[in-house]
Amino acid sequence: MREWRLRTPLREEDVVNLRAGDWVALSGVVYGARDAAHQRLVETLRRGEPLPIPLAGQAIYYVGPAPAQEGWAVGPAGPTTSGRMDPFTVPLLERGLKATIGKGTRSREVKEALVRCRAVYLAAVGGAAALLARHIVRGRAVAYEDLGTEAIWELEFADFPAVVVNDAHGGDLYATSPPAYARP
Amino acid sequence: MVVDSLLYTEYVDNVAPRAISVRSVEEAVVQLLRDCVRRLPPDYLAALREAEAREPSPLGRRVLRMLLDNAELAERVGVATCQDTGIPVLFVEVGQDVHFVDGSLPEALEEAVREAYRDLRKSVVRDPLLRENTGDNTPPVVHYEIVPGDRVRIATLVKGFGAEMTSVVRMLPATAGEAEVKRFVVEVVQRAGPNACPPVIVGVGLGSSFEGVALLAKKALLRPLGTPNPKPHLAKLEGELLEAVNATGVGPQGLGGVCTALAVHVESSPTHIAALPVAVNLNCSAPRRGEVVL
Repeated sequence: MREWRLRTPLREEDVVNLRAGDWVALSGVVYGARDAAHQRLVETLRRGEPLPIPLAGQAIYYVGPAPAQEGWAVGPAGPTTSGRMDPFTVPLLERGLKATIGKGTRSREVKEALVRCRAVYLAAVGGAAALLARHIVRGRAVAYEDLGTEAIWELEFADFPAVVVNDAHGGDLYATSPPAYARP
Repeated sequence: MVVDSLLYTEYVDNVAPRAISVRSVEEAVVQLLRDCVRRLPPDYLAALREAEAREPSPLGRRVLRMLLDNAELAERVGVATCQDTGIPVLFVEVGQDVHFVDGSLPEALEEAVREAYRDLRKSVVRDPLLRENTGDNTPPVVHYEIVPGDRVRIATLVKGFGAEMTSVVRMLPATAGEAEVKRFVVEVVQRAGPNACPPVIVGVGLGSSFEGVALLAKKALLRPLGTPNPKPHLAKLEGELLEAVNATGVGPQGLGGVCTALAVHVESSPTHIAALPVAVNLNCSAPRRGEVVL
């Protein structure tokens, strides 16, 4: 298993080095957003209005953290299912988003856009929410606060563990790894 | 009429209803929910450790280790094991000799959820189309059942919706048989893949009606791991399904491996001559569950 330590904003060379199956320890600012925020981001783009967060070189984590307990930056913060964000992801990749982080399979359109836009899709471990929250050292809602749980979060990651599922070269861990362990 | 009134008199004479305060129910359910969001069942953790020992995939082993570390951290620090604490589901079995006092039982259950979920994520919207958050994780989904006796048993599943959304009901025809049931269960688990947060626990309902079979599949998830169905033909089916599901190669978090499911539980019920209803309800890698008896 190859492991990389990366920091946002991500450069193109950071991304093209990654291959499906590599682990990444990601640090720096990452934006947290889920269903309702994505819908609103893309509606904003359609209207030709400016977005509330930068996209070039940035990463989005599909998450709705639980409230923080004493001494923590955020509460338990595991990934949510990425596929629900598929219909909103391509326009964000086309504007320079370099990584999305979640869990679960992506659509063909998203996977093709990852290659075309030189970006990656990473999976965090669903169900390890308390552990993952320990790798988030700062967190605050920065946009769409009226959405409450579903606002956009500015999170600071510290060696946040994730595995590369879809790389910028068409590699797809979910498609290639399970058949190696399948029995007839 | 005469017979009816005689029976009624006899009943009142022999069994005085047991009064249970809904306040004590509320207190018990607050405690139940608080515990089960922070502490995963010991039978599940034992199965997870066993999976870590036999999983050949390095990625899979790393995932299983993180899940074990997460469970340990959450319990030690007293935080939720997963940010998705679901829409709370309560199974309330009420002995027919119980009389609830001090207020409304449904309201007490709702208040218990409000209190226990105060410091958890707000994950419930009031209307599926309008999508306004209720702000306090109420209302819970409550299934009531009347049983003999004077006890009240309340069980809960706190279930993330990643796994919930991969669950399926299918009304197979009467003659579909076991082979078709197996194909269906494996198809659901395989299609769910990483989305259900494997390693999963597979709840299978067989029989009953359209809505009944879904409830059977969910109730199957209340059973502790390592306790097969008491009916030999269903225990055998559980073993065969577990093997078939783990032969898919999906593995922990769908990253490939042999530990796709830690258990398959089947619950069955009588059904109609026309049908073989099947439902699959998956539980995720943070399968929070508990029960309390009053």
